[in-house]
Amino acid sequence: MDYFVELFFSGLTRGSIYALIALGYTMVYGIIGLINFAHGEIYMIGAFTALITSTVLSIFGFPLPAIVILTLLASAIWASAYGFTVEKLAYQPLRNAPRLSPLISAIGMSMFLQNYVLLAQTSDFLPFPALIPDFDFMEPYAGFIGSSDMVILVTTTVVMLLLTWLIKFTRTGKAMRATAQDRKMAMLVGINVDNIISITFVIGSALAAIGGLLIASHIGQINFYIGFIAGIKAFTAAVLGGIGSIPGAVLGSFILGLTESFATGYVSSDYEDVFAFSLLVLILIFRPAGILGKASIEKV
Amino acid sequence: MLELKNICTYYGNIQALHDISLKIEEGDIITLIGANGAGKSTTLMSISGIIPPRTGEILFKGQPIHNLSPDKIVALGICQVPEGRHIFPDLTVAENLDMGAFLRKDKEQTTKDLDYIYDLFPILKDRRNQPGGNLSGGEQQMLAISRALMAKPQLLLLDEPSMGLAPLVTRQIFDIIKKINREHNTTIFLVEQNANLALKVADRGYVLETGRITLHDKASTLLADEDVQKAYLGI
Repeated sequence: MDYFVELFFSGLTRGSIYALIALGYTMVYGIIGLINFAHGEIYMIGAFTALITSTVLSIFGFPLPAIVILTLLASAIWASAYGFTVEKLAYQPLRNAPRLSPLISAIGMSMFLQNYVLLAQTSDFLPFPALIPDFDFMEPYAGFIGSSDMVILVTTTVVMLLLTWLIKFTRTGKAMRATAQDRKMAMLVGINVDNIISITFVIGSALAAIGGLLIASHIGQINFYIGFIAGIKAFTAAVLGGIGSIPGAVLGSFILGLTESFATGYVSSDYEDVFAFSLLVLILIFRPAGILGKASIEKV
Repeated sequence: MLELKNICTYYGNIQALHDISLKIEEGDIITLIGANGAGKSTTLMSISGIIPPRTGEILFKGQPIHNLSPDKIVALGICQVPEGRHIFPDLTVAENLDMGAFLRKDKEQTTKDLDYIYDLFPILKDRRNQPGGNLSGGEQQMLAISRALMAKPQLLLLDEPSMGLAPLVTRQIFDIIKKINREHNTTIFLVEQNANLALKVADRGYVLETGRITLHDKASTLLADEDVQKAYLGI
């Protein structure tokens, strides 16, 4: 039973990270119908920014809580700047182009960012400092949930609640939904659609960077390639839950995280991807729009 | 108030509007009538900046607006209720109305205007927490007009407000249009296929045929015009 609980929590931790990344995919898809393949790279850049910031801050002797908060802010802001720039450079000029063009542009951006980090940071795995200490009060539960798992779960929950509030109740959030539902009408009520799209990229990037920081600190090492794997998995999670749906992305992420965790624990870690993608295939066969996605009829 | 001077609008290589010139005075109801595909909606989309004209000038209160983005044009006080209503289907009625007031910062006055709208259309108040997509056609048209009113427009562009509505509902909508014009001195530019109805409420009318203005006169004169009667009124 303990083993089951341990796997359960480790699945939730994975799911949280996937969710933080998957939200960026699903929000961007919802608003401009684009699979932003460079999104995984934004997550990777978030992790690298966190590594650099935390190293510099610890050299200057900042206390740990200050390091954690400043690192979180720095990587969220810096990754957002990347997300914003990628959108302006690679997607906005193609807004009225055929659907395939921005998709290819996105793949190009992904390769560019990967190789750029590869050149700047080497291809080696770099050690990442443990930003989250082992809390004393977590001692009794250490058998099945570590301190950093707990921090990841709590942070993700807080971030999700904030995001829900933003999207449901603020005027910007309503404008985001309005733009996703009917872009031309959004323009006609006076929404600057380009700004709303930029905001969407900035929010998605900040979430991915938070995910990058948390998981890097949890695992303890990063390299230029982490964004690719995590990006593919989070994308799978978003499709699983129904791409374009925000609750769907979160649900899909947790289902994927738990599936992988149990597959690793009870079968073999070699098979975690087999289970994850088999799940995707099954969902796509029986519910092509994803678990919470709306089946939409493509109008010709 | 609004003046179009020699507007030519294109979809790619296809020219939709040829040399359109028209004038709308403050406080008027002006109608643009014409058959399907004549370019009525394109004219409105050109004014709103969604499909900017390739050549020609659009002046609003003497100021050129044909190079402005759609949100800047709305900010000047020109709002459009597009054909087919375009309610945000998954936003509630209240949220749809709030989007109408997107550019407004005066919270108190906005709340008052919302009450005014709910007075005008009590059904919208009853349904304020329902998704816009659940409303009937007539209710959606009321919501679409209300959403535009929430922006406090000086010039309201209405595209086919009677489309797909029962005659009784159409009459109700047109009564409201007249009321808005009278009570708020809102200038109205009305595009309609239902020429009979449009010419009855309008001060002046323009007739559009395959992207060209072929006639313009007082609405009452157009109603009596033999060619117009034959082509658009089915008499």
